[in-house]
Amino acid sequence: MKGSLLQRINQMIRQLLPVSLVLILILVNALPSRLPGFAAVAPLLPLIGVYYWSIYRPDLMPPAMAFGLGLLNDVIAGLPLGVSSLIYLLVQGMTASQRRFFHGKPFRIAWWGFGLVSSGAFILQWLLVSALVKHALEPRAVVFEFLMTLFFYPLLSWLFARTQLALLRSA
Amino acid sequence: MKQHSGALGRLATLRQLAQRFTFLALAIASFGLMLLGKADTVLVERMRLAISDTVVPILDVMSRPAGTIADVVSGVRELATLRAENVRLREENANLMHWQTLARQLDNENRSLRGQLNFVPDPDPSFVTARVVGDTGGAFVHSMLVNSGAREGIRKGQAVIAGEFLIGRIAEVGQRSSRVLLLTDINSHIPVLLESSRAKAILTGDNSDRPRLNYLSPNSNAAPGDRVVSSGHGGAFPPGVPIGVVSSVQDGIVRVEPFVHRYQLEYVTVVDYGLAGIMPSDPPSEGRER
Repeated sequence: MKGSLLQRINQMIRQLLPVSLVLILILVNALPSRLPGFAAVAPLLPLIGVYYWSIYRPDLMPPAMAFGLGLLNDVIAGLPLGVSSLIYLLVQGMTASQRRFFHGKPFRIAWWGFGLVSSGAFILQWLLVSALVKHALEPRAVVFEFLMTLFFYPLLSWLFARTQLALLRSA
Repeated sequence: MKQHSGALGRLATLRQLAQRFTFLALAIASFGLMLLGKADTVLVERMRLAISDTVVPILDVMSRPAGTIADVVSGVRELATLRAENVRLREENANLMHWQTLARQLDNENRSLRGQLNFVPDPDPSFVTARVVGDTGGAFVHSMLVNSGAREGIRKGQAVIAGEFLIGRIAEVGQRSSRVLLLTDINSHIPVLLESSRAKAILTGDNSDRPRLNYLSPNSNAAPGDRVVSSGHGGAFPPGVPIGVVSSVQDGIVRVEPFVHRYQLEYVTVVDYGLAGIMPSDPPSEGRER
């Protein structure tokens, strides 16, 4: 019974879940919000997904996947190619290597860790994009974007945790 | 048994090494892509277009319910300001009626003068209306994806307007998707005129909501409230398309408030004025003979 085709397909679909969720976040992030003032400080939602899954299921968010997702985000967002892929890759690597530190710790520690990692990610993105367009971007908007992303972390991490409990316990 | 665990251990070390190597290779690949993209090769562009062509139909479907939510939100907000808005519109209407009369007179006069001069009018522009399906927002890029492309006749460098106002130009064209570079983007440079004084300048985006006027002659006396229109120099845009008004003049930096904001864009019109455009990266095989 174990390892029947259906079961294996089921297992595979479950294992693709983290990547698919980040993929959906990339698409949701690209939807025009049409709210005044929001477009300027839109949060980087996919970053939350990459961070969360790198802590709790790094086996299902390998570096190659993080890289691929970043590349897709670059194309959709119109960023210079390679910027998001490098950032997602570094977030994945940094978080996955330190993940034992977060295991069994209360939520606020994970949130604090996300603040740390994402601030680094935003600074790097600011540096890279500024270097590539040869013009220092306005840092204020980037700071607001960072705060917005931090603000969205609890909601998304709660959703991820629910999904993980419901669908990935056995996978 | 001991030998077995030793082999396992070596396997684990090997695997770790392989993982490190993958990580490093991917990081190098990212930098490679950045450099490749900087060199603006056809390869990178093809890849971008292939992906955006695939994603745009999905975004198109997803953005419809999102659009409905945005409509409901703006509907509620409008309810709150209904009365004030009504008063404002009445005033504006009275004002516009006056302008309409004036415009009719000028139109008649213009027509008769053109008749006397045997003036050859510009060809009527053709246009494509497209829906905005992707706008990531944020401080890093000011561009959006629309759901029409080369299939609908969109070409690189064409002007993009919303209502009567210029909002940007087409930067990339796929088969069924294109990317609009907004005039607030850091890569956008548009030749403009101050409508009243006819002073020339270049409207340069800096990823803020208010692009700035560069190369404005110092004695042009730009003042807040001056209308800014496209000048038509460089052949990218037709002259006289309204863009915005001067919003502030501070320490020699003149900023322009565009008439249309990024968040308001739902449908845009891509206009082919039959001008050659100034896109140097346009391969000759793709460019139409004009």
